[in-house]
Amino acid sequence: MSIILDKVSHVYSPGNAYETTALSNVSLKIEDNEFLGIIGHTGSGKSTLIQHMNGLLKPSSGTIYYNGKDTSKKDFPRKELRSKVGMVFQYPEHQLFEPTVFEDVCFGPKNLGLSKEEVDDRVYEALKLVEFPEELISASPFDLSGGQKRRAAIAGVLAMKPDILILDEPTAGLDPKGRDEILGMIDKMHKKTKNTVVLVSHSMEDIARFVDRIIVMNHGKIEYDDTPKGVFNNYKELEQMGLRAPEITYLMNDMLRYGFDVSSDVTTIEEAKKEILKLYGIN
Amino acid sequence: MFRELTIGQYYPGDSIIHRLDPRVKLMGALLFIVSVFLASNIFSILVVTAFLIAIIVLCKVPLSFMLKGLRSIVLLLVIAGIFNLFLTPGTVLFQLGFLHITDVGIKNCIFMIIRMTYLIVGTSVMTLTTTPNALTAGLEKSLGFLKKIRIPVHEIAMMMSIALRFIPILVEETDKIMKAQMARGADFESGGVFKRAKSMVPILVPLFVSAFRRANDLALAMEARCYNGGDGRTKMKPLKYNQSDKNAYALEIGFVALTIIANILYNRYVSGLFANMLGV
Repeated sequence: MSIILDKVSHVYSPGNAYETTALSNVSLKIEDNEFLGIIGHTGSGKSTLIQHMNGLLKPSSGTIYYNGKDTSKKDFPRKELRSKVGMVFQYPEHQLFEPTVFEDVCFGPKNLGLSKEEVDDRVYEALKLVEFPEELISASPFDLSGGQKRRAAIAGVLAMKPDILILDEPTAGLDPKGRDEILGMIDKMHKKTKNTVVLVSHSMEDIARFVDRIIVMNHGKIEYDDTPKGVFNNYKELEQMGLRAPEITYLMNDMLRYGFDVSSDVTTIEEAKKEILKLYGIN
Repeated sequence: MFRELTIGQYYPGDSIIHRLDPRVKLMGALLFIVSVFLASNIFSILVVTAFLIAIIVLCKVPLSFMLKGLRSIVLLLVIAGIFNLFLTPGTVLFQLGFLHITDVGIKNCIFMIIRMTYLIVGTSVMTLTTTPNALTAGLEKSLGFLKKIRIPVHEIAMMMSIALRFIPILVEETDKIMKAQMARGADFESGGVFKRAKSMVPILVPLFVSAFRRANDLALAMEARCYNGGDGRTKMKPLKYNQSDKNAYALEIGFVALTIIANILYNRYVSGLFANMLGV
C-alpha cells in the first residue's frame, strides 16, 4: 500500500501573473504502517503535497506511484485510490451536509457502491472508532458542538476503510481536551488497525508525541526527512523556517547548558521525565 | 477548475491604464460601448478597432489571458451570428431550401460578431485593470448625485464591493468542499442531468452554510468597528484626478467624436460612391 512520489512538482495557474510553484522536485516514499508527520510554515506546500497523495491534484511534472502503479496512467482506477487513501481536510466539519450524522457518514461508503448492510456496519464501526456519542447519531450535524462535528466528519472518512489516512491539521480550532481526544483516538486506531497515518500539524508537541518520522517542508521542498529526534536536533534551522522544536526540547537544552547531565535530543514530556528522574538516580 | 474563470477578473499590473482613476475607466467603458454601437460602417469600425488595439497594448495584460474570457461566449456568438445570417431580409445571394443568405444578412452577421467581441474585450479591459474595490469606489463617487433623490448609493456600492470581494473566497471554498467530497468518493462528472444535479447537493449545502456563517461574521466585524452606513464616512484614499486622468478624458471624448466623424464621412462620400458605381 505504499505511495511513492518521484520528483513531483506542482505549479498553480501556470503562465499568468498568479503563477506560483507550490512544490518543486519532491521525492518521498510512504511506507506501510507508518505514522508520518508533515510540518512546515503556512504556504510551504504541505496541503498541496498531501492532495497529490490521493489524486486530487495532478503533478505538473514528476510521477506518483501507488502500489507500484503509475497514477497518471489513463486506466488507473482513480476512484479506488481515493477510497484507499482517506483524506481528512482542515476543518472537515465544513463538508457535512446530510440531515443526520448517520446519513452523512453513509455518504462515503455509499459512493463505494456497497450493500446497505455493509454500509450500516461500517458507519456504526466508524462512529464507534471516533467515540461518537450514540444518542447523537440521528441528530443534525449542524446541532453538534465543534468537537463532535469534527468526530462525525472524521468518521465519514474512516467509514470508507482507507489503508492510508491523511489528516490535515485535524485539531485546528479545538480546545486542548478535544485535541487530545482526537489525536489519542487516531493513535489508538493506528496501533490497533496498523494503518498508515499521515498527520499534518502545526503543533510540534503533537508531532513529537505520535509520529515515527517527520517531513519538514520549506518553500515547496523537503528540508528534512528523519525521525523526530533527528529533525528536532536541528531546532535552530527550524526556527529559520518559522518552525520550532517542542518546548520540552528547549527546556532540556537549557538544563544541559546549566550543567545538568541530560540528553539534548528529548522531544516528549515522557522522555524528559525519565531523564530528570535519572539525574536523581531513580529509574 | 475555477481558476479558469477570467471574465471580469483583476489582472495585477502597473500600466498607464492600471493607474488611471476608476471613474475615467468607467466613463471610458461607457463611451466605448456607445462608439461600438454608433459604428455602422467600415470607417468607424476601423476607428474603434484602432482604439481597442491601443488600449490592449497599453494595459499590458497578455492577450491570451484576455481572450480566455471570450471562450465562454463563443457559443452565444455563433448562435447570434447564425440567426443574423439566415433570418435577415434583403437581396438573396444564396438559397438552400428554406434557408437564404442575403447581402444585409452577411453584413449584419459580421458587424454583430465584431460588436459583441469588442464589447466583451473592451469592457473586460476595465475590469482587468481595476481592482473591484477601486471600481465600486469609482461608481459610488460617479453616482453620488443620486443620493439627492434618496437612492442609497453608498450602501449599494458597499454591497457590491462585499459581493465582489466574496467571489474568490467562495470559489476557493467551493473548490475545497468539492475536493473533500471527492475524497469521500463523490462523482460530479458522470451520469445524466438529474444525477449530476443531485450530486451538487453535497457541495451546495455546505457552501450555503459557510456563506451564511461568513456573512454573519462579517456583519459582526463591521458592527464591532462601528460601521453605520455612509453618513459622515471619509475615505482613506479619496479619488482625485491628476493630469493623466484629464488627458484620458479628452482622449475618450476625442475618440467618440472621431467615430461620429468617420460615420459622417462614410455616409457623405463612400456610400454615395458605391451607390453611383452600382448605378442606383
